[in-house]
Amino acid sequence: MQPAELSAAGFSTYPPQAGEFARQHLILLRQLPLALAVIVLREVIRYDWRFPAERRTLESQFSWLESLPAEKRNQILGPFAQLSLSKEIAAFAWVSRPQEASEQMTADLWATHQIDGYHAAASSYAEAWRKDVPETAPSTPRLCVAVLGPGLRAAGYPLFRKLRPHGVFFPQVDPASNMQAILDKLSARLAADPLPHQHWYIDGGLAEAWSEARITRISWGELEPLRTAILQRMQSVIARPDAGPELLRTVLAETTPADVGLAGSAQDQVLSRFKISVFTEGSGTQIFATTFAQWTVREALRRAQPSTMVVRFAPRQRQLPMDQLLARTNSGNVPDPEGSLIDADMGVFYTWINQQRLTGSAQASFVAWSQELNQAVAVGPGFPRGTVSSTRVHLRQLLA
Amino acid sequence: MNPIIQRNPREAADAMVWNRREFLRSAAGLGAASAFCGFSPLRAAGLPAGQKVIVATFGGGARDEETFAPEGRENIPNMLGTLLPQSAFFARVQNHGILGHYVATASLATGVYETFNNYAAVPPDNPTIFEYFRKGLNRPAADAWVVAPSNGFNRIGESGNRGYGAGLGAGVILPKRLLKAAMPVNSSDDYSHLLRDNYEEPFYTPELAGNEIEFRQLEDILRLSMGDFKQHALTLSSPDELSVYVLRQLMKQLAPSLLWITLHDIDVAHSGAYSLYIDGIRRSDRLCADIWKAVQDNPEYAGKTTMFILPDFGRDSDFTAGGNGFQHHRTGDTLSRTTWMMVLGPRVRQGTFIDRPVESLDLVPTLGALLGFGTPLAQGRPLAEVL
Repeated sequence: MQPAELSAAGFSTYPPQAGEFARQHLILLRQLPLALAVIVLREVIRYDWRFPAERRTLESQFSWLESLPAEKRNQILGPFAQLSLSKEIAAFAWVSRPQEASEQMTADLWATHQIDGYHAAASSYAEAWRKDVPETAPSTPRLCVAVLGPGLRAAGYPLFRKLRPHGVFFPQVDPASNMQAILDKLSARLAADPLPHQHWYIDGGLAEAWSEARITRISWGELEPLRTAILQRMQSVIARPDAGPELLRTVLAETTPADVGLAGSAQDQVLSRFKISVFTEGSGTQIFATTFAQWTVREALRRAQPSTMVVRFAPRQRQLPMDQLLARTNSGNVPDPEGSLIDADMGVFYTWINQQRLTGSAQASFVAWSQELNQAVAVGPGFPRGTVSSTRVHLRQLLA
Repeated sequence: MNPIIQRNPREAADAMVWNRREFLRSAAGLGAASAFCGFSPLRAAGLPAGQKVIVATFGGGARDEETFAPEGRENIPNMLGTLLPQSAFFARVQNHGILGHYVATASLATGVYETFNNYAAVPPDNPTIFEYFRKGLNRPAADAWVVAPSNGFNRIGESGNRGYGAGLGAGVILPKRLLKAAMPVNSSDDYSHLLRDNYEEPFYTPELAGNEIEFRQLEDILRLSMGDFKQHALTLSSPDELSVYVLRQLMKQLAPSLLWITLHDIDVAHSGAYSLYIDGIRRSDRLCADIWKAVQDNPEYAGKTTMFILPDFGRDSDFTAGGNGFQHHRTGDTLSRTTWMMVLGPRVRQGTFIDRPVESLDLVPTLGALLGFGTPLAQGRPLAEVL
């Protein structure tokens, strides 16, 4: 089936809002090259449980494409049209199962040495869109605070080595600094801008006790039942006689909140689906708390594009054979404080990079702080690059 | 904002590759102009009999930042301080194929970009270097061996090509299977650190069931009793160390002319644990030096062995939006496709730095030219700088 053959009935299996969205834009969808149509529908089918920022992005791209003169649109979509996809992709049920279709298409593009051409097509498409529809910077500059929590320690390890060139390193942070200073800042920003999913607190261990329901909060500790359920789901697939990587990916991708005990309202579904995706789409998130924290904050920044992000890293368990970690036959495993510190330090750097990818990056602030070592680095306006402050400073001062 | 982020990701990646080359020229002292173009003419035809080749791949991929870039130097003291000065160093080895470990390693071994499903335990479609070697030089089965991680690599020794294939390939030893075979049922705790597999995909975790083939490999080929093997395994700290132990045993017992070892500890990067990824690189660095020392210490190999060390490919750049930095190699960006190769041996002009881009496919025709056999179906070109 080619996109030109699409009909409204083809979206009958889509969730309500996704189906409505697809039908509204049916004329455009019919004009897309197959490679782009597959990718676009992969996003559309999840419309009901997308964050507001993701919905805006999708709507913006459709509006833009629909507004273009045919000649210009064909020019922009040309590189996608030039990709030669196998007949199996067109024959596959890509409308109703776009996620699987995109995986098949990706494998096909790699095998036929067209993956670079696909990436180039995607890049030029995104550039053209952003040239015509520039992003607007947030009214309040973004803030991200990354914390290396208790238990992360390694003798002589040079902390924040990758971040220091970009801001001010504070080797003497007041030991009286605490998480409360960060949570107070989070509350203040929430009060000023109380939109949903704009203020996040992610913890790689046990989250601080806090009753503020309007903060989007996710923690390794709180998600233990979900993690267990996902791991059991993985084990059940691995034990099947027809098991294989493709089947595992399909089963995990089809996991619903109800499958793993996360029933709730439609609004809860957005966050529930996000939590599930952390474990089903992330690699290593199921077994290492440091990976969980890094990947969760990456995905939250990429998808929700929040105004405020607080992430705290906690120790992960020691390395063991993967089958033991997945099967959880390692109940006596102990934390790895040194390895966790190195992992978290890289995770902090990646968090900064991911924040920099969002709009208004020049005005955004980033603070990283080690609770154990009383060191911090601050990046953003007012923090000269590559400098070291000999001043003893309280965390509240860095967050002011 | 970081100026690298402000750039086009491809430009940023190119800049980082360039920085690595500049670093190598200055820090490793390999920058003499004569070295860039002053390689010798082809001499393979004149090689004396008994030449041997060892190929060591970093299955798992390593990036510039953690190896030859300034910030990565601390992770490769042996390669930088000991091996690099003795080597011809190719700074730009490009892999344009599928960036999956088994299919990429198979491509290295066939000289053709293989396109089979990376997750399937299938033989390569095209003849492997082992088949070219054995058929071309009429060598016995015992003269070509592969030591590989157990995740799917069990079919890498022999292709499905009709003109080559069955009976012409290399013996493949999967050390973890050997160890499992040597262990009593349900007694893996002491050895569990040696049975780790990669973290990219749960189904890569092998079925570690020992069988008669493994027992035969232990006793007939490696000349090891199960007790001795287990005892020595207890002194090792990782699967790659176990692989190198098996390699040394092969060198000692059979002295094969063509040896291929795929290290794989680095692939733990897929779990997202940066510290474990770094540990893997440091271990690979040490083990490569150990292999080269084993070559020098073994009269069967000393003075007549050429060793090739190369990652199968790189890993994603920190700054490529579609990836997650070191964790994967999924974007196909410049850094994930660009890596290096080190060549050491009696005919290699030491301290040579080769700046021109070459392809990972060039390995097979180079080995063929070096040892004197044809590789008719392989793509790529012999690397004249080491012939």
